[in-house]
Amino acid sequence: MVSGVNDATQSPALRASTLAKSYGSKRALAGVDLEVGRAELFGLLGPNGAGKSTLMKIACGLVRPSMGAVEVLGTPAGSLAARSQIGYLAELFRFPDWLTADETLRLHQRLAGSEGGSPERGEALELVALSDARQTRVGSMSKGMQQRLGIAQALLGEPRLLMLDEPTSALDPVGRRTVRDLLTELQGRGVAVILNSHLLSEIELVCDRVAIMRGGEIIREGAPMELARPRGVEIETAAGKRVVEGAGRDDVPRIVSELVADGERVYGAAVLASTLEDTYLEAVAGG
Amino acid sequence: MSGAVVIGLYALRECVRRRVFAVVLLLTVVFLALYGAGTFFAFRELEQSLRLGTQDLIEERVVAGSTLFGLAMFSTLFLGAVLAVFLTLGAVRGDDERGLLAPLVVRPVGRTQFLLGRFGAAATVCAAYVAAVYTVAMVITGVIGEWWPDRIVGPGLGMVAGVIVIVAIALLGSVFLSATANGIAVFMIFGAGLTAGLLGQIGEALGSDTLTEISGIATWMLPFEALYQAGLHGLTADATGLTGTAVQLGPFGGAQEASALLWPWAVAYVAAVGLAARVGFARRDL
Repeated sequence: MVSGVNDATQSPALRASTLAKSYGSKRALAGVDLEVGRAELFGLLGPNGAGKSTLMKIACGLVRPSMGAVEVLGTPAGSLAARSQIGYLAELFRFPDWLTADETLRLHQRLAGSEGGSPERGEALELVALSDARQTRVGSMSKGMQQRLGIAQALLGEPRLLMLDEPTSALDPVGRRTVRDLLTELQGRGVAVILNSHLLSEIELVCDRVAIMRGGEIIREGAPMELARPRGVEIETAAGKRVVEGAGRDDVPRIVSELVADGERVYGAAVLASTLEDTYLEAVAGG
Repeated sequence: MSGAVVIGLYALRECVRRRVFAVVLLLTVVFLALYGAGTFFAFRELEQSLRLGTQDLIEERVVAGSTLFGLAMFSTLFLGAVLAVFLTLGAVRGDDERGLLAPLVVRPVGRTQFLLGRFGAAATVCAAYVAAVYTVAMVITGVIGEWWPDRIVGPGLGMVAGVIVIVAIALLGSVFLSATANGIAVFMIFGAGLTAGLLGQIGEALGSDTLTEISGIATWMLPFEALYQAGLHGLTADATGLTGTAVQLGPFGGAQEASALLWPWAVAYVAAVGLAARVGFARRDL
């Protein structure tokens, strides 16, 4: 029993093994293996229909896998134990329009078994900059406010794993900044976050690791910096700027010394790396 | 607080906030007012004909009272069915399609508890509603027409049980059908049950064993109809002779005395429908 507890406390936030899901003849996931560590900020990227939302739904217990398994913090996904440790924001969600923000959160506190009471609700609303809307009815909120309320709802019950499916799709730049700051703060508290977003710049800014999915498979995985491959080195000389294709950071001293040896005056050298967007476009188009 | 209770209270609040109760209450007041006026005029004319001095071969007050109250019971069951359908028609698939369900069921609340909560709330509301309307209609008939049913509690309980069966059917339908399709399907099932009762009545009048058998099977498959018929029978359980015959020939003369198996069957039926809903919901991807 003790070793079981230790296993649970040392297990990753999420572990998917040969996970597959088909809806009739349509394949949504095709043998996905994935591990997300505790306190890790993990980004899921991919075009529509890549399987990102299905992966999250299986992890939440909303969808049953056709094959394989998912563990959430050492417990089977979908079990009560797993669901008591997660916070989830669906891509397409609604709250009853007749509830106020506070009533919505109170309902979810009760369902989550949270004893945080009013202070927890107040903090959740404050984290998403909705403190002033505590008594506002959902029906009279803008889409952006409802999305922030959805994030606040996902924070209730002190989840150890937060899964956010397109959490910023309806937010303005200020709202997105608020969410980015929130995610960083949650990471500091030891919460693992899986973020599914089409906004590559956002993923690049906040995530420790990302996975790019296509056709139900993970085709690239790693830190954003690892995925961004070098494109060359730009050298500025008296003759102007030129790019040495295929060169990387390690090549800079050699290139500079060769130019100097040839009698050229070097005014600057910059490593050109592909952005995550370049990598993403290359990955999803290549197949 | 258990998840089922939280979901049940949420469903009840939804009824209040969406003004379902207000609309139903308004319709009910209109119905009872019309029923009271109809009963008043019917018995006033009956009193006039009785004063003309006819033979008492038929207890006309019994025939009039039971017929009027039988009609009121039909209306009560219909209104109860409307309420049951509106409280449950979109409970699962309908709410899922609107994006309301996922945030709730992702919480550590079992899907069985979710169904129990929705069923408990709808059944409580519908049962209380049917019992209240049944009682008020009975009092109206008794005070105005000076006629009271031979059995008071049994028919009322039968109505309550009947509407609970409808709640269970509507909840099961909500697992598989969209809200609109489920509403239509449940009303069709409700109509089929009543038609089965009428078929049985016609079968008995024509001496057709086939029609009677079809009616019997349909009544077992849809026990809310059997409970309603048993309730009707209880109204005039003690009527005999020509009065008893006249009551049976009335517009809802399909009344049948309940067999000993009816109540256990109704309980088992609701449990089986609930189990089917639970299995269907457990296998459903959201």
